[in-house]
Amino acid sequence: MSTFYVIAFLSIVFALLVIFAKNPVHSVLYLILTFFTFTIHYILLNAQFLAIVNFIVYMGAIMVLFLFVMMLLNLNKDTEPGKHYLAKIAGVVAGGCLLVTIIASVKALGASQPVILTNPDLGLVKNLGKVLFGEFLLPFEVSSVLLLSAMVGAVLLAKKEKATV
Amino acid sequence: MNNYLWLIPILPLAGFLINGLGRNVLSKGVIGTIGSLVILASFCLSVSAFAQINSTGQPINVTYFTWIKVGVFNIPFAFLVDQLSAIMLLIITGVGFLIHLYSTGYMSHDKGFGKYFAYLNLFVFFMLLLVLGSNFVVMFIGWEGVGLCSYLLIGFWFTSGDYADAAKKAFVMNRIGDLGFLIAIFLLIHFFNSASYADIFPKVRGLQGPHVALGITLISMLLFVGATGKSAQIPLFTWLPDAMAGPTPVSALIHAATMVTAGIYMIARANVIFSMSPVTMHVIAIVGLATALLAALIALTQTDIKKVLAYSTVSQLGYMFLGLGVGAYTGAFFHVITHAFFKALLFLGAGSVIHAMSNEQDIRKMGGLRTKLPITFATMLMGTIAISGIPPFSGFFSKDEILAHTFESSHTMYVLGVIGAMLTSFYMFRMLFLTFSGSFRGTHEQEHHLHESPWSITVPLIVLAILSVVGGFINVPHIMGGNHWLQNWLEPVFKLSEPLLAHTETEPSTEWLLMGISVGAAFIALFYAYVKYIKNKHVPVADTEERPLLANLSYHKFYIDELYDFLIRKPLDALSVFFYKVVDKMGIDGLVNGLGNGTVESSKGLRLLQAGNVGFYIFMMVIGIIAILFYRLKF
Amino acid sequence: MGNITQTIQAVPLNHYILFCAIIFAIGVTGVLIRRNAIVIFMSVELMLNAVNLLLAAFSVYKGDASGQVFVFFVMALAAAEVAVGLAIIVMIYRNTNSTDINVLNRLKW
Repeated sequence: MSTFYVIAFLSIVFALLVIFAKNPVHSVLYLILTFFTFTIHYILLNAQFLAIVNFIVYMGAIMVLFLFVMMLLNLNKDTEPGKHYLAKIAGVVAGGCLLVTIIASVKALGASQPVILTNPDLGLVKNLGKVLFGEFLLPFEVSSVLLLSAMVGAVLLAKKEKATV
Repeated sequence: MNNYLWLIPILPLAGFLINGLGRNVLSKGVIGTIGSLVILASFCLSVSAFAQINSTGQPINVTYFTWIKVGVFNIPFAFLVDQLSAIMLLIITGVGFLIHLYSTGYMSHDKGFGKYFAYLNLFVFFMLLLVLGSNFVVMFIGWEGVGLCSYLLIGFWFTSGDYADAAKKAFVMNRIGDLGFLIAIFLLIHFFNSASYADIFPKVRGLQGPHVALGITLISMLLFVGATGKSAQIPLFTWLPDAMAGPTPVSALIHAATMVTAGIYMIARANVIFSMSPVTMHVIAIVGLATALLAALIALTQTDIKKVLAYSTVSQLGYMFLGLGVGAYTGAFFHVITHAFFKALLFLGAGSVIHAMSNEQDIRKMGGLRTKLPITFATMLMGTIAISGIPPFSGFFSKDEILAHTFESSHTMYVLGVIGAMLTSFYMFRMLFLTFSGSFRGTHEQEHHLHESPWSITVPLIVLAILSVVGGFINVPHIMGGNHWLQNWLEPVFKLSEPLLAHTETEPSTEWLLMGISVGAAFIALFYAYVKYIKNKHVPVADTEERPLLANLSYHKFYIDELYDFLIRKPLDALSVFFYKVVDKMGIDGLVNGLGNGTVESSKGLRLLQAGNVGFYIFMMVIGIIAILFYRLKF
Repeated sequence: MGNITQTIQAVPLNHYILFCAIIFAIGVTGVLIRRNAIVIFMSVELMLNAVNLLLAAFSVYKGDASGQVFVFFVMALAAAEVAVGLAIIVMIYRNTNSTDINVLNRLKW
């Protein structure tokens, strides 16, 4: 139980560091740490498949992609454009307002039951695979098209246009 | 039973449809023949209806179908032919046929020949409907229909702006009167729960009490307002002189013989209602007399041949109203009949003159036409003698009967009436002498072109001239050894109101005296006109020259048009302009355009928010999400 | 395995929701206060992950595996989005030599 709170606290800290770090590269690194804590959360929920996927896809692939783009564009602390501090305060206030609103909405729901894992096999690969390739077969296949089109789009966008003579 | 009755109005309607639809296909000969023959057929049917009433003495009443039925209230589409409408039918179809025949010659060179005959047939149809209807609502259909045809025919040559304006004027003035008539019909329906003559009149007769008198006075006044519009009385008479913009046969048929007598027909038809209200009768008599005098005074100085006749018509209509007002229903109706004959004749004669003069209407440019147009001159002379009230021509009898009854009710009115008769005699002979005697004053070209009109024009003239001469003998008074045929004939129509009218029997010697006075007055006027226009060869001055004050007043029609302009049109115009410029332009348009401009202006302000700053957009998005969540939270 | 799952036994669902809301709000704040397009992107990823975790928590709470399958789909979508988004950023950088979103002010009337 306390484990959850410790990890949650860590997640929040790292997430705050992500948005407040001056250097974008640092931001990426903190984000990786945040995602790592999230992986731990999945493990706590015994969602093993998600934990693994999160670890591999998010921390591995996506974050590497971020880092790669950072390095490619040669971004660092100096290139980071500063925002007016009023705008920053406004942003923080707005985020806070959102948070307060959501929390208030949750409060309106009243007290809740604790999260209890009734079925330990719920998040295992075998079980999820059955659900995914049974009930969700069509969305799964459609998502492959989505990925393909995203890939084509990314290639098209990133390709250097031939200089028109 | 009386199966043929519906044919009387249907035939002209058929003629209207055939001529109207085939106006570009059929030849002028075919159109003229159809247009005239349908009226002739209606005339024959009217004669048979007349003969039937003459033999049985009973009115013919035919119901064709139920038209409007609400609960117990029922307006049938029904025709009624009694002694009154039978005579009206004869006048409308008889004079109508003659004028159709005349039109075939008069309008033969006009491009709108087919259209003209279609309108003319349609007019006859509506006029017959007006006369035949057995209730006020059917009468009102005809009443509106003749107004429409009058508009169409006055504005027949609508390419000229003045003519189109004259048509509009006639229509608007008539509408004012029609509104009064319509309200009167509503009131009658409200009080008596029926619009049929047969239901209303006996009920009216049986009413008693002070508040009843008020209601009856109101209804009869409103009916009279309707009649003033149609029959061109003060204050709604100024449209009739302007209506001379139409072709001359139209003036003869619509604005002299038939349509303008619709008001008199209506009052004669509703005589019971009027007889119940002495106040209204007084008003009618005064208005009629005032109109007769005013129009006669204006006619003294007019130089347009048709304008003289138009004012003469207004004046004669005034006499008819005077007769109605003093309770001489028969006399007034007698005058309607004789007036239809001689006024149609005079108009057609004037048309013949205009035709010969190549569309010149100014009597200052005529003169000496006696030798060139002998038939026209002879017939117009008879018409003039008839209208002047010189015995034994028809006008003498009818006018004399009205004046005799006027004498019974008020001596002052009688004197004024005789003065009017004098004026009538003077301006008619003035017109006749200026046109036909002396030497020709027009251009050389016109003189070269002068010719007697073709038979299609002269035959109606001759027929009408004969009628003008002998028309008066249908109601010869007792003292002359006559038998008052018309009075006896019309007695069933007026019998309900007979006891209401206090008739004082005048001594025969007094009657002879009155006749003598009026005939003497007519002769004095004739003589004065003869001296002035034949002996001294006086010609009215040109428009550019100065006139004496009174002549100027008369020449400019007492500035009544200008007065109406100043009193009614200008304030209304100002009000319209106010509504247009202030209420509509600034108020309503301002509101609408203000909404549009406000949107545009506020958009201009709001678009400054769209500065292209993506961060700001996202910020706004978040604000929006917060707002939505907050809203959901509240409820 | 059992020990690990025991650690969350006493955590109320509300706390999961709170925690995820906080992370989500941090992501939103990040989007609002940064001008670097890539950092904004990362903040979006934070938001996505907050939702993912909440889905997983609900899935466990209800004992229904569909929630976790949804998380899987969201991840696939995030991957696609990041690929396209970063490609766009690279393009922008090539054209403007900056990843500042305020440079992108053509998006106006």
